[in-house]
Parts: sequence; C-alpha cells; structure tokens
Amino acid sequence: MHSFRFSAEPLPPEAEAARASVRAFLDAERAAGHFVPHRTSWTTFDAAFSRRAGAAGLIGLTLPEAYGGHGRSGLVRFVVTEEMLAAGAPCGAHWIADRQSGPQILRHGTEAAKRAILPRICRGDCAFGIGMSEPNSGSDLAAVRTRAVRDGDDWVINGSKIWTTNAHQVDYLLALVRTGEPGPDRHGGLTQFIVDMAAPGVTVRPILDLSGHHEFNEVFFTDYRVPDAMRVGAEGAGWGLVTEELAFERSGPDRFLSDYRLLVELVDRIGPEPDRFQAVETGRMVAQLTALLGMSASVARLLDQGVVPGVEAALVKDVGNGFERAVPEIARRLVPVEPSLTVQGDAFREALGGVTLRAPSFTLRGGTREVLRGVIARGLGLR
Amino acid sequence: MSRTDHAEAGDAVDGIVLDQVERLLAQHLTPALLAACDGAAGAAAWPADLWAALAESGLPLALVPEAEGGIGLTATTAAQLIRRCGRAALPLPLPETVAGAALWAAAGGQAGDDALSLVPGGSPVRIAPHADGFVLDGRAAQVPWGGSVPALLLDAVDAAGVPHLVRVTAPGTLRDTHHDLAGEPRDTLDLTGRTVPADDVRTAPGWAAEAGVPSVDSVGAWVRAQQMVGALETCLGSALDHAQERQQFGRPLAKFQAIQHMLAEAAGHVAAATAAADLAAACWSDPRFVLATAVAKARCGEAAGHVAAIGHQIHGAMGFTQEHPLHRATRRLWSWRDEFGSDALWQERIGRAVCAGGGAALWPMLVRLRGGAG
Ligand SMILES: Cc1cc2nc3c(=O)[nH]c(=O)nc-3n(C[C@H](O)[C@H](O)[C@H](O)COP(=O)(O)OP(=O)(O)OC[C@H]3O[C@@H](n4cnc5c(N)ncnc54)[C@H](O)[C@@H]3O)c2cc1C
Repeated sequence: MHSFRFSAEPLPPEAEAARASVRAFLDAERAAGHFVPHRTSWTTFDAAFSRRAGAAGLIGLTLPEAYGGHGRSGLVRFVVTEEMLAAGAPCGAHWIADRQSGPQILRHGTEAAKRAILPRICRGDCAFGIGMSEPNSGSDLAAVRTRAVRDGDDWVINGSKIWTTNAHQVDYLLALVRTGEPGPDRHGGLTQFIVDMAAPGVTVRPILDLSGHHEFNEVFFTDYRVPDAMRVGAEGAGWGLVTEELAFERSGPDRFLSDYRLLVELVDRIGPEPDRFQAVETGRMVAQLTALLGMSASVARLLDQGVVPGVEAALVKDVGNGFERAVPEIARRLVPVEPSLTVQGDAFREALGGVTLRAPSFTLRGGTREVLRGVIARGLGLR
Repeated sequence: MSRTDHAEAGDAVDGIVLDQVERLLAQHLTPALLAACDGAAGAAAWPADLWAALAESGLPLALVPEAEGGIGLTATTAAQLIRRCGRAALPLPLPETVAGAALWAAAGGQAGDDALSLVPGGSPVRIAPHADGFVLDGRAAQVPWGGSVPALLLDAVDAAGVPHLVRVTAPGTLRDTHHDLAGEPRDTLDLTGRTVPADDVRTAPGWAAEAGVPSVDSVGAWVRAQQMVGALETCLGSALDHAQERQQFGRPLAKFQAIQHMLAEAAGHVAAATAAADLAAACWSDPRFVLATAVAKARCGEAAGHVAAIGHQIHGAMGFTQEHPLHRATRRLWSWRDEFGSDALWQERIGRAVCAGGGAALWPMLVRLRGGAG
C-alpha cells in the first residue's frame, strides 16, 4: 500500500505565535496604502515593501544570525509566507532570495559569498532571479547550453537565459550553466554561479506577458566574468543543486494561493446570502483549499526535519495548480461580470481580469504540470 | 508515568489494535464471504462470526474512553481503524458502531459492544413524552444494516423543535430493504409508536451538532469520509499494481506517459482527500468538528468519482467484471459519497458559512481549521 508522508499535526506554537506579528505588519502596510491586495500578487516587485518587511524581521527567518538572519525554524517562515500570500502582499523583490537562493548560498556558497550577500537578503535589500531556463531548455533542463569557461580566478560566461522573472530589477541571478560534458545520464557538467547583474557583459531584453506586464526577460551574457568565489557548489554539481532547490520551490503555499484575493473578492461579491449554486461551488473551493493547506503544512514540517519530500512536494504543486487554475473559471460562472484590468472601483472585476490573464502561468512556472506528473509517477514507482 | 511515557504506551496500544484489525479482516474476509454479503446478488448475509470476533476484541468500543469501558484510542487511530475497514470492504457496520458508541458515550450514555447503526437525517423523527419515557413518530430510512443491528442512534426533535439524540434498541419493523451500489443493506424501519426509556434520550454534545446539522449526520459523514480514504487507497493501489503487471505493446502499462499522468492525478486526489480526512480526525470532540467533517466529506466525495473513474480506465475490461476485486472499492466509493449528505450538500453548508462570514473572515477560518489560532 503506497502511503504519503502527510500528517495533520498542527504547526508548533512558536510558528503560530509569529502570525500575530506578521499580521500587524501587513495591517499597517495596507492601512498606509502601500499595497492594494487585489491588484498585487506575491510576484509583484516592490523594493520598498521588501525593505520594510526586512526591517520588520520577516525575511531571512531561517538563516543564521551570524549572517543577519533570525535562526528560526522553517515553520515560522511558513506562517509568514502564507500570511503574506493571503494578504496579497507584493513580495516579488525578496521572494526568490528568501525562498531558495539565500538557503542555497548558505548550504553551498563560499564564505565570501555568504558574507557579502546573506545579510543584504535578510534586510530585504537584495533581490535574486533564477537563471535556469533557456530558449531550447525549458522542461528539459539538462539541455542547458550557456557555457562558463575557467580563466584564472574567474569564469567567463557566454550564452543566454530566458523567462527570467524580474531580471531587469534583481541584483543577482543564480544561474545554471554548462562547465563540462553532460555524461551518460545528461545530468553532469552543470554548475551554478551567482552572477552580478551590475557587472559588464550582461544585457536584458524585456518580454511582456499576457497582461502587458513586464515581469520576465531574456538575458544575454557576452564574455561575462564571474569570480570563482561566486560559484555555488562543486564544479559539475549543478544538477543536484537545482533539483534540491526545486523541492523548496514546488511545495510552498505560493503554489495554490496565487489567486487567493480573487476568492476573497468573490465571497464578498456573492454576499451573505448565496444561492445554492454559489454556495456549493464556493464550499467546494474552500474544501479543496483546506486540504491543500494541510498538505502544504505537512511538507513544510518534513522539510524542517531535513527530509526532502520530492513526491509530496510535487503533489502539492500539481493539486495546488489545478486548484488555482480553476478558481477564476468558477468565479466567472458564479458572478456574471465582464472582467477588466482598467475598470476602477470594482475589485472583483479587476481581480478576475488580473487572475484570468495570469492563470496560464500557474501550471508552467516552477516546472510544468506534465513534468510534475512525471515526478509523481517516479515517486509512485512507475518509472 | 511522565507524559511522554504515557504517549508512548498509548502509541503501542494503538499499534496493537490496528494490527489486530488487520489480522482479523485478512483472516475472515475471503472472496466467498464477501460474495455472500453482497446484496447485489440477492440477500446480503450478516457475517455473525466475524462480528463476534470483532466484538471479542473490544473493537466496537475502540473510541470510547477507557474510564467508560472502552479501549480509549485517539480519534486519529480510530480513523485509521475505520480506513482499514474501508480498504478491506468490511461488510459490517463496525465503523458506524465505533463512532456511534463514542458519540453516545460523549452524550453521557452507557455504550455496549453490540452493533450500532446510524440513522441519516433525511426524514426527521419526532419524539414526545410518554408514560414509559418517550414515544417516537416517524421512520428511519436508509439505515446501514438497519434490519440486522440491535440498536440505532438517531436525531429526533420534540414538539418545541428541540433536538435530541436517541438510542433505539431492538428497532423492529422493517418496512423496506434495498441495497446500495455495493450491495450493502440500507433498510427503512417504521418507528411510529415505539417507546424508548428516558435514559435513551439525551442531548448530543455541542461539538457534534451545529445549526442545521444534526449530530448523527455529522458523525455519519465523518465515518464515511474515513472509509472513503480506505477505499481510495485500495483503488489507487490496485491501479498501480495492475499498471506494473499488465503488458501491452510489449511493455508494462506503467511505462506509458498517459497512464503515468492518470495515476499521478489519482494520487493527487487521494493525497488531498487524506489530508482533509486527517484534519477531521484530529477535530473529533473539538468545536471545529462539524466544519472539518464538512470539508472531509466534500473532498473525499469529490475524490471518489475521479479516482474510481481512473481506476477503472486503467484496469480495462478486466476491472469491469465481478471477478476482479476492484469493484469492492469503487462501488463503495460511489455509494458512500452520497450517504449522510452528498459532497454537494456539505459543500453547500461550507459555502453558506463562508459567505455569511464574508471574505475577510475566510483566512482566519482556514487557519483555525488547521489547528491554528485563526
Ligand atoms: C511566469 C513565468 C515565470 C518564469 N520564471 C522563470 C525564472 O525566473 N527563471 C527560469 O529559469 N525560468 C522561469 N520560467 C520558465 C519555466 O520554468 C518554463 O516555462 C517551464 O519550465 C517550461 O518550459 P518551456 O516554457 O520551455 O516549455 P516546454 O518545455 O517547451 O514545454 C511545452 C509544453 O510541453 C510539455 N512537455 C515538455 N516536455 C514534456 C515531456 N517530457 N512530457 C510531457 N510533456 C512535456 C510541457 O509540459 C508544456 O506543456 C518562468 C515561466 C513562467 C511562465
């Protein structure tokens, strides 16, 4: 009998205790008009918001105090994360650094990189991007062709990356590049580097998404020099590192709370006396979401115990993405409106418009649904 | 004993009880017995020997506290016990008895180890004072094994509309018997004119009942959700095994991407249903019980249809036969999801509660449901 390692244990008291402080911070931010929940999402880049969150001690929670962090458990971070998502806070300027690049540098970076970068991440003053995808290497990440060649104490990088979220605004990219031959399993010869976006030899070309938003980019490297001290992990160890990183990227509540604010607006728009159709469908979504919150907290607990729950994380993302793809489709059936990004003063129509245009990305970013189902199938012993 | 010692001793007892159930089910539930109990083929037999063995082990009182004569399992372990019954397609109301006896004990009643069934709340029974205690008016419909069990629990209302939890022993006249899709008997009994002693009429504990949701219905839904998890596991497990054994086009089905994706999708439903049922298990005798049960019944009910469909698709024609055991799980899933309130009914209740609270109250509610402070 196959069984998954989920459990219904509540989060520990120290994690629940963190909830009040993050809520107080978010209430103050909203009251000051720093963000409008239904207009922003966690990917919205707002450097000033991230600096205030850093000052409030809400970033780098799991990083050690020696590097400016707070030395708290992953479950405290989990609570802060889900509260940010539920509030619709614009976390894009610190999200990736806090979720994956910072922890990755802590585990595998050089001392010099840790000292230079981690304290800035904790202050909310250092944004990271993920440089994995390339034009011919999306789902098939092993096909990465951007190459780094050793030159004295430096490496020289040539090639390009694509779909790089916020590359035009971040300070650094954690880039996966080829330093050797792939080998028989195709997973060899890849290495990760911290590339400084301010150094010469890098150009960024904007790509507009469906809503006309400039969020992701194409990045070109031309004889771009990066010191060996900015290598993360051993030469050729990149594949192991990115798969480890993806376990963190895939299991969080950001994988099913992207359109949480639409659900809130929907409930308010329906009002206190739903008809049966509205009540049933709203209840169905809430039951699904409750299950996901339980699954996601379980995975956070496992990660906190040092277990890398590959299948469970993939299940959270697959089921979670299915949920977040469905929310706008259900919402439009429950309340007949015409969605629009430019209508002002109708939060529901705006939220529906925004989410409808963003939703196709939910089952792509962080690994497509099809790739995730392959990961789950492997975990079930099918491949 | 320190707290940890106590918890460890408790864990050991839990493990022993679960092993015991597993052993008894494996020993007794032969294909011949399962076929004899399958009412789709005629009358459903009541496997008295198996009930006697289960009662001998004290299992009917598994969830009743030790101080009241039970085994005192945690609700989380009792839920595991019920899931094992669901996995094995046990054709007896042990799950109903385990939860019903604990509900009755929580209402201050004295629970015995006889089989006890739960009466779904579809048609309310009325109750009035009488020289011998109380007299009933109405009928109990769709009662699992209602014609075979020595006692029933039901929700009734008095003339003032006040709800009561009532135990009816030797329930008597069968009006009608049909079988659910899995061939389990669902009986209708005429209760009009029956009297019950005052001791068998009680007030249900507050956690088990909420406005508009009678306690027996919510406990019945809780039981069905846990059983569904078991049947979902059986269905997924069988599909995984079959996909690895069955060869087509010179390789196992499991090697085809379409099959892998179907199984991954089914696994997602099983995982989500389990998470919801786990939460409900953790909320037994807690103020969150009814809402957590609503979520579990809704989510398991939704998973049931998807997982059964995928299970059958993967088993091909072989799974569409009485010879293959898959139907023991899928026919139960198709029945259980509609008993003690369909998934749509429970979704509607959740939806009404959420809309009444407004958007801002939703997040604190979700946090509370998972055991946080909201
Ligand atoms: C909003 C957004 C932000 C992103 N941000 C970043 C970022 O910051 N950094 C970064 O590196 N990348 C980023 N990505 C890229 C993302 O990781 C890729 O889009 C994703 O991995 C898919 O690759 P692709 O787009 O090349 O699609 P392809 O790999 O070409 O896939 C196209 C389709 O074919 C399917 N497919 C491919 N291979 C298989 C297979 N073996 N079996 C079955 N189906 C298959 C896919 O599932 C998909 O449906 C972002 C993407 C989006 C949408």
